[in-house]
Amino acid sequence: MNAAPHDLLLLAEGDDVLIAVRDLEPGAHRASTGSTVVVGEAVALGHKVAVRAIATGERITRCRMPIGSATAPIATGAWVHTHNLASDYLPTFAHRGGAR
Amino acid sequence: MTGPVLGYRRRDGRVGIRDVAVVVYLVECARQVAEAIATGPDVHPIGFGGCYPSAYAQEMLERLCTHPNVGAVALVSLGCEGFDRERLADVVAASGRPVTTLVIQRLGGTRATVAAGRAWIAEVRGRRAARTAPLGLSDLVVGTICGGSDGTSGITANPVVGRVVDRLVAAGGTAVFEETGELVGCEHHMAQRAVTPELGIEIAARVAKAADYYTAMGHGSFAPGNAEGGLTTLEEKSLGAYSKSGSGPIHGVVTPGQLVPTPGLYLLDVVPEGTPRWGYPNICANPETYRRMGDDMDVDAGRILEGRAGIDDVADELLALVLATAAGAPTASEDLGHQEFVLTYKSSEPTGPGCLPMVR
Repeated sequence: MNAAPHDLLLLAEGDDVLIAVRDLEPGAHRASTGSTVVVGEAVALGHKVAVRAIATGERITRCRMPIGSATAPIATGAWVHTHNLASDYLPTFAHRGGAR
Repeated sequence: MTGPVLGYRRRDGRVGIRDVAVVVYLVECARQVAEAIATGPDVHPIGFGGCYPSAYAQEMLERLCTHPNVGAVALVSLGCEGFDRERLADVVAASGRPVTTLVIQRLGGTRATVAAGRAWIAEVRGRRAARTAPLGLSDLVVGTICGGSDGTSGITANPVVGRVVDRLVAAGGTAVFEETGELVGCEHHMAQRAVTPELGIEIAARVAKAADYYTAMGHGSFAPGNAEGGLTTLEEKSLGAYSKSGSGPIHGVVTPGQLVPTPGLYLLDVVPEGTPRWGYPNICANPETYRRMGDDMDVDAGRILEGRAGIDDVADELLALVLATAAGAPTASEDLGHQEFVLTYKSSEPTGPGCLPMVR
């Protein structure tokens, strides 16, 4: 049972991503900001979706801190992960899952 | 808690929350014998697998064998390895702890050494110390260590740990958070929390060193399971790990084996390694992991994600659990018998005054 009043959590004002607090099916979901976000694809617990449209090369922030840069255009509500976000420090190695 | 929390007073004035006998293999070839000796309650095998001398391993085992949570030490040597077993035995004896050295090649092999080791352990465990030293939050030195991170770690469990760290340090206690290799990307924010500008520069330099190490190794501290759990980049994982450090001033940087000089909040400059599990509650961030593996967990911080508790509620629970653990209540991993330990070839120098400004 999930008593959380929302499906997507904004960790800090101004962040570029929302965090799924449970496994989400595609469709409209409640965000902790009070708005509704249409999620484009299935997103698992703990994964991120874009708050806004993000262009290639833009820095992406979580908790007001940069977590890397977009490697592809990202639509509002799209899953943000290794297929469209890369480290500004070191490459991420995901040999199972993660990348597609 | 009812009544005072009591610990074990050691000769150097420090107080332990456990009274463990360690059986120490001094080369990989002696590990099976050490593990066979370490069968009773509160008897743990630790050691170093390398055959050639290592100043780092020597220092680490000297510190671990005289750690306040250790009450007796049996060294297990094959006989031909390079480890300086005499020096280690001398250091332990000087600390007032019972110590023996079992050399497999002299004692007549595996069976004879296991029998001699078990007999010695049974004898010293028969005259164990008692819990007599009252302990408060200001006496505790609490370290944090990460498990496997996913996208929930930085939202639930780690911020809970951060709140407890803040409260512990405010109460005059000591917290040590880790680890430079897991804080890549947080160095500038951390530097701003340093009690002096020089310490801030040191912190940034030590994180840069960890990033260089990972670059040279060709990987970051980022496992496939991290990505499956929703973490995308090393700096995103770091951000979650960083929240374990709370929000207070950072008083210094220490390296493995170095003692903290005064109470406060310290960064441990290390890249991942194994650590003995002497009183470490497991705090589970992900509610689904808790439902799957609740037996292995002490705290269900995933309740926060599902709206069933707030961060401060779980922090209250964890702080009470820290005191109960200090008083002797076994943690889930102790109850399950976990004793994993890793010590590898490394080098590490203690930090200097720039890292320990003693400013409060």
